[in-house]
Amino acid sequence: MHRKKYPFIAGFLVLPVGLYVLLVIWPYLQTISYSFTDWSGASQNFNFVGLDNYKDLANDDVFIKALQHNALLLVLVPTLTILLSLFFAFMVNVGGRGGAGGVSGVKGSAFYRVIFFFPQVLSIAILAILFKAVYRGDDSGLINGTLQAVGLGDKNNPTEWLNDPDLVLWCIVFVMIWAGAGFYMVLFSAAMQSIPKDIYEAALLDGAGRFQTFFRVTLPLLWETIQTAWVFLAILSMDAFLLISTLTSQDFGGGPDHSSEVISTYLMRNFQTYSKSGYACAMGVVMLLLTLIVSIVTLRLSRRDRIEF
Amino acid sequence: MGSTPGTSGRPEASGVGRRDLIKRAAALGIISVPTMGFLSACASGGGGDNDKAKTVKKTKDNPFGVAKDNDLDVFIFKGGYGDDYAKAWEASYEKKYGGSVAHSGEQDVTGKLQPRFNKGNPPDVVDDSGSKKMKLDTLHKEGHLTDLTQLLDAPSIDDPSKKIRDIMLPGTIEQGTFGGKFHALFYVYATWGLWYSNKLFKKHGWEVPKTWDQMLDIMKDAKSKGIGGLAHQGKYPYYMNIVIMDLIAKTGGMDAVKAIDNLDKKAFVGNPAAERAIEAVYEIVEKGLLMPGTNSLEHTEAQTKWNEYKAVFIPSGSWLENEQAKQTPDDFEMTFLPLPLLPDSKMKLHAVRTGADEPFIVPSKAKNVPGGLEFLRRMLSKEGATAFAKEASSLSVIGPEYVDKSVQLRPGIKTALAAVDACPVDERFNFRYSEWYGEMDVSIQNATGELMAKRITPKKWLERCQAAVDKEAEKNPDTKRK
Repeated sequence: MHRKKYPFIAGFLVLPVGLYVLLVIWPYLQTISYSFTDWSGASQNFNFVGLDNYKDLANDDVFIKALQHNALLLVLVPTLTILLSLFFAFMVNVGGRGGAGGVSGVKGSAFYRVIFFFPQVLSIAILAILFKAVYRGDDSGLINGTLQAVGLGDKNNPTEWLNDPDLVLWCIVFVMIWAGAGFYMVLFSAAMQSIPKDIYEAALLDGAGRFQTFFRVTLPLLWETIQTAWVFLAILSMDAFLLISTLTSQDFGGGPDHSSEVISTYLMRNFQTYSKSGYACAMGVVMLLLTLIVSIVTLRLSRRDRIEF
Repeated sequence: MGSTPGTSGRPEASGVGRRDLIKRAAALGIISVPTMGFLSACASGGGGDNDKAKTVKKTKDNPFGVAKDNDLDVFIFKGGYGDDYAKAWEASYEKKYGGSVAHSGEQDVTGKLQPRFNKGNPPDVVDDSGSKKMKLDTLHKEGHLTDLTQLLDAPSIDDPSKKIRDIMLPGTIEQGTFGGKFHALFYVYATWGLWYSNKLFKKHGWEVPKTWDQMLDIMKDAKSKGIGGLAHQGKYPYYMNIVIMDLIAKTGGMDAVKAIDNLDKKAFVGNPAAERAIEAVYEIVEKGLLMPGTNSLEHTEAQTKWNEYKAVFIPSGSWLENEQAKQTPDDFEMTFLPLPLLPDSKMKLHAVRTGADEPFIVPSKAKNVPGGLEFLRRMLSKEGATAFAKEASSLSVIGPEYVDKSVQLRPGIKTALAAVDACPVDERFNFRYSEWYGEMDVSIQNATGELMAKRITPKKWLERCQAAVDKEAEKNPDTKRK
């Protein structure tokens, strides 16, 4: 019985593994090999240049700047998104002032759940159009218009949100959190709901307040879900391409003057605008390595004993 | 939950539980999400198939030997001119030669075409334009461009006694020549400069400015009336560079143009014309004469504000009127203005940047090269030029005499054409650096964006532009490209 099991399983795996190799592994390998060439991207003629592309990357100011921006996103976006969505999820599920039944969410939590999840339904393209209107740099922008209407904005000198090197990255971070928090709230809600109510009731009987219930009960029991969320958000921050390329200036975004540049936008500009595709592939490889490292480190560092319930 | 190790009835081979396995697989899987898109963008396919279109014997009427019923694949950049004109050409081609003509009207040219070129499966005709165009010099280096000399030597459709090369306006062949061969047909006869509303001028009693100072006076007067002096398409500093570069050209003459195009060591820093011009442009910023917020607007947003009389001047090319057709009030009186002069300018007031724009190419690996060539030849006919004038309200490089008299050009483009007519042929100028050096162009655009936002000084602007020139010169030791 056992011996026949393996061919049976293998039979199921051939097709998916084959497709995975063809569609994922093969492009990876191709890209890695292109990163050692001076490929222009417009034909199959290229020369082998060894590690030159990687050496150039190390001396490329714009690339270094892009790396730093990615690092900033990597710290800010997961932390803030998770904190915010944990708070929401807690309030929606167990944050209410316990009535007779004990554990419940704040009033109207079903409504909040839908409202907070809503941004997740929108595609990035729609998000971009939406926030273009919000951040628009003249008096027709939502923020600027509102500020001017209440007398806080200067009509002759409006804040050019996405054209200000000090603000543009924060504007992007805000959109990423705005768009993500709802999804993670729902994810954490689901995890919270799978926590048996008697644990909470016991905690309440013992006199635990909201903070204690959260830090002593909810957080430890949610650890695995948070870990997963962290990895997902870290990967999102390594990319951020669609949002930045549609909202900011320069070809493929990253402007003004590289102040919102991330690896992916610089990669695409090199790949398509400058016809330096080999160089762009080297960036892709660096991005892959970084994403791998970040994911592994996150999973390792945050490993804890699983609590069974 | 049922995931406790040891309860599933199978021996634990290693310490890896099922849940861990799934988790690791999932982690690996999601890692591939962001990188895969970019990595596989780099990956390429093998060579394409090579079934070429059939041909028939070449005749005077059919100089490339196009056989009937071969399919033709046409790719058009859908920008300020739209793509309706191309549909008219395609219909006419289809009527004559049959087959099916595939039309794509796109903005992201490189995104759509790079993989196809790479695979050896490009369209038969490409209008390679816009901010995401494929670089012509790369295509040329890779041997992707058909030599179009045979097109130049083919007989014109309207008058077979003339060759195509004889009916094209001067400069067109030079513009499309790469490595000594004619490879790209720059089809549109374009003009660049400033635009204003004559209605607004009349309302406020302004005179058309001849000097930079007169222009600034108008802007100042406008500001006092709550109107922005200059709008520009801030998200794309390309447009503001029209003002800056034209002022440099007019102040320093053709020498200043060549210094930049040929990557001179004193193209910017140490070039008095560039120094004076950028100081003059910066005065607009310093005195607060820009339309508020214009630095961060999309091109259409800025242009629409200008159409709403929120600004006096805006820089753009001859496609502006067509692009803004829906937003422009009927009585707007859109008018073209060659850049006003600084004192002691080398060029005259009527000097204007003009030239062939919008390159059309026939990829050498296209299936139907003869069809592509014939398509270009038909574009350069009375029927083709008329369709273009009618649908895009602009002129082609075979000039106005090939446009049917029944077509009424819009009033704005007429003012631009009048400005070109007023300028003798040898005083018209054009820059080539943005075609030739993509990275340098981006660097200069970034510097301009910073200058207009008042974040760098004119001195710093000059230094940054010079650094971009020097960097390019280092990469291209064969500096003199022309």
